[in-house]
Order: sequence, then C-alpha cells, then structure tokens
Amino acid sequence: MASNTATPPAIPFADAPVNAALTAEEKIEMLRTMVRIRRFEQTSLKYYNDNYIGGFLHLYIGQESVAVGSISLLGENDHIITAYRDHGHALAVGMGMNECMAELFGKKTGCSKGKGGSMHYFAPDKNYWGGHGIVGGQTPLGAGLAFAVKYKGLKGCCLCYLGDGAINQGAYHEALNLASLWDLPVIYIIENNGYSMGTSQARSSAHPKEGLAARAEGYAMDWAKIDGVSLYEIRAGVQEAIERAHKKSRPTILEIMTYRHKGHSVADANADKYRTKEEIQRYMDEHDPIEFWKRTLIAEGVITEDDYKQINKEAGAEAEAAAQFAIKSPFPDESEIFDDVYWEVDNNTEAGRTGRHFFHG
Amino acid sequence: MPRELTYREALREGLDEELARDENVILIGEEVAQYNGAYKVTEGLWKKWGDKRIIDAPISEAGFIGMGIGASMLGIRPVMELMFYSFAYVAFDQMMNNAATCRYMSGGLINVPIVVRGPANGGTNVGATHSHTPENIFANMPGLKVVTPSDAHDAKGLIKSAIRDNDPVYFMESTVLYGMKGLVPSNDEVEGGELIVPIGKAKVKREGSDISLIAHGRAVVTSLAAAAILEEQHGISAEVVDLRSIRPLDEETILESVRKTHRAIYIEENKPFCGVGAQISSMIMEQAFDDLDAPVLRITSADAPAFYSPPIEKLQLPVPEEIVARALTIC
Repeated sequence: MASNTATPPAIPFADAPVNAALTAEEKIEMLRTMVRIRRFEQTSLKYYNDNYIGGFLHLYIGQESVAVGSISLLGENDHIITAYRDHGHALAVGMGMNECMAELFGKKTGCSKGKGGSMHYFAPDKNYWGGHGIVGGQTPLGAGLAFAVKYKGLKGCCLCYLGDGAINQGAYHEALNLASLWDLPVIYIIENNGYSMGTSQARSSAHPKEGLAARAEGYAMDWAKIDGVSLYEIRAGVQEAIERAHKKSRPTILEIMTYRHKGHSVADANADKYRTKEEIQRYMDEHDPIEFWKRTLIAEGVITEDDYKQINKEAGAEAEAAAQFAIKSPFPDESEIFDDVYWEVDNNTEAGRTGRHFFHG
Repeated sequence: MPRELTYREALREGLDEELARDENVILIGEEVAQYNGAYKVTEGLWKKWGDKRIIDAPISEAGFIGMGIGASMLGIRPVMELMFYSFAYVAFDQMMNNAATCRYMSGGLINVPIVVRGPANGGTNVGATHSHTPENIFANMPGLKVVTPSDAHDAKGLIKSAIRDNDPVYFMESTVLYGMKGLVPSNDEVEGGELIVPIGKAKVKREGSDISLIAHGRAVVTSLAAAAILEEQHGISAEVVDLRSIRPLDEETILESVRKTHRAIYIEENKPFCGVGAQISSMIMEQAFDDLDAPVLRITSADAPAFYSPPIEKLQLPVPEEIVARALTIC
C-alpha cells in the first residue's frame, strides 16, 4: 500500500512511461471524470431514495479509479465490456450524464431509450458494449470482441471487466480457455471489492495464495495484481497488459483491489452487516481513490484544494442538471414496445416484412 | 437441370457459397474443421477455407457461442455448429440473454447477426440428453428466429438467408434428414443466380382439399408419407404445409390451407406441452374458427424424455400410421 501522506517522497508508479507522459490537463481530466462519476451516483442515489428511480442501482462509489485509469489508456480499436455496475465505465468512455441519468429514470431520452436501465448501458460508438446483467455472462462476449478485432487485422484489444464474484461462473472459465488457446487480445479485469453481494471472498472463492488473477496460470496466461487506490498503479499495470494484447495478441487477467463504499445494490439490506462499520470507514478514510488522486495532484503542484472544490462543485451541478433533465424527459411511448427487437423489422427490410414476428394478442 | 443432393450436401453448398460471398462469415464448432464435422456437414470446408475461417472449438458451448455473439456485435458473421442442439442447454444464458436481448436493452444500438445451427431431433437411439427438440423454447423468445428446414432445397436456401439475416437465427436440422436426397436447382437455373429461401414463408408441399397436415422439420416428411396413404387407401386428399420457420411464422399460408380444407392436424417431433402445435392450433382457432369442421388435432412425440431402447423410442415419435388414424377421426 502506498503512503497516504500529503507529500510522499516519491509517488509509486509515477515514473512509469505511460504516467510520466501525462500532461497536467490529462491528470486533471481523470480527477474530473472520477468526481463526475461519484457525483452522478450520489445524485442517482438521492433520486432513487425519492422514488424517481426503481429496480436495481449498483453503485460504483469507491471503485472509480478502476474504470477511469484503465479506460484512459484506450485507443481507436480498443473496446470495453462490463457487468451491471456499469455507470462509471459509461461516463469514463464519454457517455453523457443526461442520457445515463435519464436511463435510470426510465425515460425515452435514456441511453437505451428506457429499455435497459441501470445495468444495461451501451454506447457502441464509443466502443462500449454494455452493461450486462448476468454475473459473468459478459466474459465470453469480451473474448468475442477481441476475436473480431484480431480477425479484422486491427491492433486493438478488449477490456472485459468482472467482479470478484463472477470468477466462479463457468462461462468465465470457458472464455479464459478460449482466450489463451486462440491468442485473443482480451484483458479480464477483476474488480475485486471483496464481496460477491454479501458473501466475502474467503467464503466464495478457492484460489492460489497470490490471489484471484493467479488462476490465470492454469490457462497459461499472464496476470498481475494491482492496488486500485492509485491511478498511476492501475495505468502502469493495465498498459502492460494492453501492450501484450497489441503486440503479442495475448490475453491477461488483472486483479485490481478496490472497495465499494455502498452495498451490492441500493436494495442490499445487509450492506453494513456482512462488513463491519469500521471496515467500511477505514476504506473510505484511507483507500478512497479520489481522495488519493487529489492528494497526489496537490503534492505534484498540479492542482490546489480550491481547484478540487471547483471540480467537485461543477460535477455536482452537472449531476443535478442531469437529474432535472431526466425528470423533465418523457417516458417512452407504448408504441416503442416492439421497436428494437429485430434489426430486420426495425429497418423494414424484406426479411423484416416476411412472416409474423410478434405474437401478442 | 436440378441436381439430386443430400440435405447434408445442400447445407454444405449453402455454407460454402456464403463463405465465398462474405469474408466475415466464419464457421466455429466442435469438430467442424479437421474432423470434417461430426455429421460431415462441413466436410472439406476447412481444407478449402483454412484455419482462419473454419475453426475447431473446444467443448465449451457457452464459451464459444458467447464468443461468437460478441464477435457478431463487431460485424463478424459467425455460423456456430452445435454437434447436437441438445447442447444449447449448456449455452442457454448466452443464447437467451445475450443473443436475444442485447438489441432491445441497448435501444437498438446493437445487433447480433449470428447463426447457431445443428441437429435438433430424437429417434436415433442416443437417449434423452441427445434427443432434445428445443424449437418451441427458443421460438418463445422475441428477438430470436427459429428455422427448421425439412428438405435439401430448403436446407440450402434457408442457411443462406440465415447467414445474411441481421438477427440471431437458430437453425435446427435433423440427423435423420442429413442423408435424405432432394432436388436442388443449380445456380444458373434460379432467378438472381443463387438459391435463396426467405425466412418466414411456409411452403405447401402437397396440395389437397380434405385436411391440412401442418408440420415442421422431419415431421413434414412423415406427414407427406401419411398424405400418400390417406390418398391411396382412404381417398382423402390431404394438403401438407411445411412451416419452414417457426419464428417468423407464415400464418397466411396456414390459414389459407385451413380455409380450403376445414380440417387441420399439427404434427411435430417436439413435445406436446406448450409445443409449436399449441401455438398454431390456438392461432387457427382464433382466426379461422368458422372455417373449421372439426377440432384442430396435435400429434407430437410422447410427453416423456426420449427412450433409449430402439423399439420403444420409435413409438414415441409421430409415424404416418398415427397421422392417418387421427385424420380418419375427423374426416
């Protein structure tokens, strides 16, 4: 664990080439993105509690550095796919707060037109392929995105995120075997927040003493374990995996240690029962990635405390404006129920017009 | 002149033509490449197209079908072979959640142009785990298409349409039909220079005036045999309608036939409960009630898992004699 003092003598991983090359603006931008994610989610929680938002709301608060650090490294032919705790990745790839918030409110202006909800954000124009609700179900898809990149002869990769609870799903292991067997440029990023819902890692996963990513050795894959509090450490570790994917078309498993401040979802009634209050407080005080990055940038002289306050204020205002946008937006029309089921029907092709596709009433 | 091809050869020809037409078409499945296919559908294709296009998969249906779904989102057109469609059940989450719902949940931003094909039939002495007929299960899911060719002509024409379709198409064949021969036109004798059978158009395989035998897949062959017996031994003129696809469904052709004959039996090798015939008979009842002179009957496989012992297993599946006997009760 890196030191948390205000002026560390040397900041770990700051001298990694990919970090040394960062401009002050880029560093501030990553801070801004993390803060925007947090304010977005805090605002969504407020409106969830006021009954504007229903269903599940899996908050990413405490894990922001994982999405922001890894996605900050991606290029034109690099893709990402994740599970249901997907708001952070969405904002990190550049989706707007308005369409993301409106989706939570079930509005027509949502990124999925109100059809997906919190767990199912998509933005293929930003190489973001969801947003998937079934634990581990996205892991073969990630291998497939990497397969397609490779098949087309492009230099790219796919970052496929999953939680520590997903590593025991069969589909994940099948995907790992395919990724290694077929040299697919996919990087599995286990966001290890310690709990698969209410079940601790110790009670859910048998694994080598080195950690969850070390299972990679069974598939002859490279792996690494990364402390997720530090953007520098995340970027250094993920960059190594991206280079392996780009240059050798080889997969990697990364385990990024992180912590969610909130429950599994807002509906998690036991959020502070399976974890002690002291544990949660300790992570909030000592391992908060936003606080850590803020202190790093202040120590580097990149920002001042006032700059941070300004960023925080702006992000809060943006999130509140997004909520107001969502509130003012209309709900989808009933007529939209049968849109977006079949491509051929939506595009009124001959195939879409041949035979009956829908069987209601 | 039309050539006589087996169902297997016709399928292969369709696959081969699509591989030639579009470089994004690939075949993936267990034993499809170097082994030449467990049922030899893909025989010779690996030798012709090589490792990049024809890919042997490890035994990981959830993994490789899920991988194909992901690849299809980026424009690859994977044709995945299930050695038996029974194995779809180990890939169920991928086939139901990911293939069928990604388009909807993304508000139409994504489409999944994947084909999952393989034999979905019983009657081959391999026990219950390898004899499943899941067409009703997949057809129940909006977003999916389910295609069930019953002869060589349609096997070729429909696989080509399936590959070109921009939605997920689950293409269910039959090991019993693979060796069956049928007339398939050569490309120079069809309009447009290639044989395409659109998905969603049923086919009247035999014209008749007294009763409609409506079926899909191999049950079409059984129905044709029954129609011949009805004609020869009982002077009953049976019309045989082949659905060809279950979703989308050609209701018009079914209704037109029923309005002509006033009697209908649905025949399938699927199980009866919530089977395809339940959907079709409900549709006929709702839309052609006044045209019916008798209740719509259903003939299915027995409502039990597939029996291993061959003489008993045969009794589980529809046979022409059963169709004839049931037809005589309403004619």
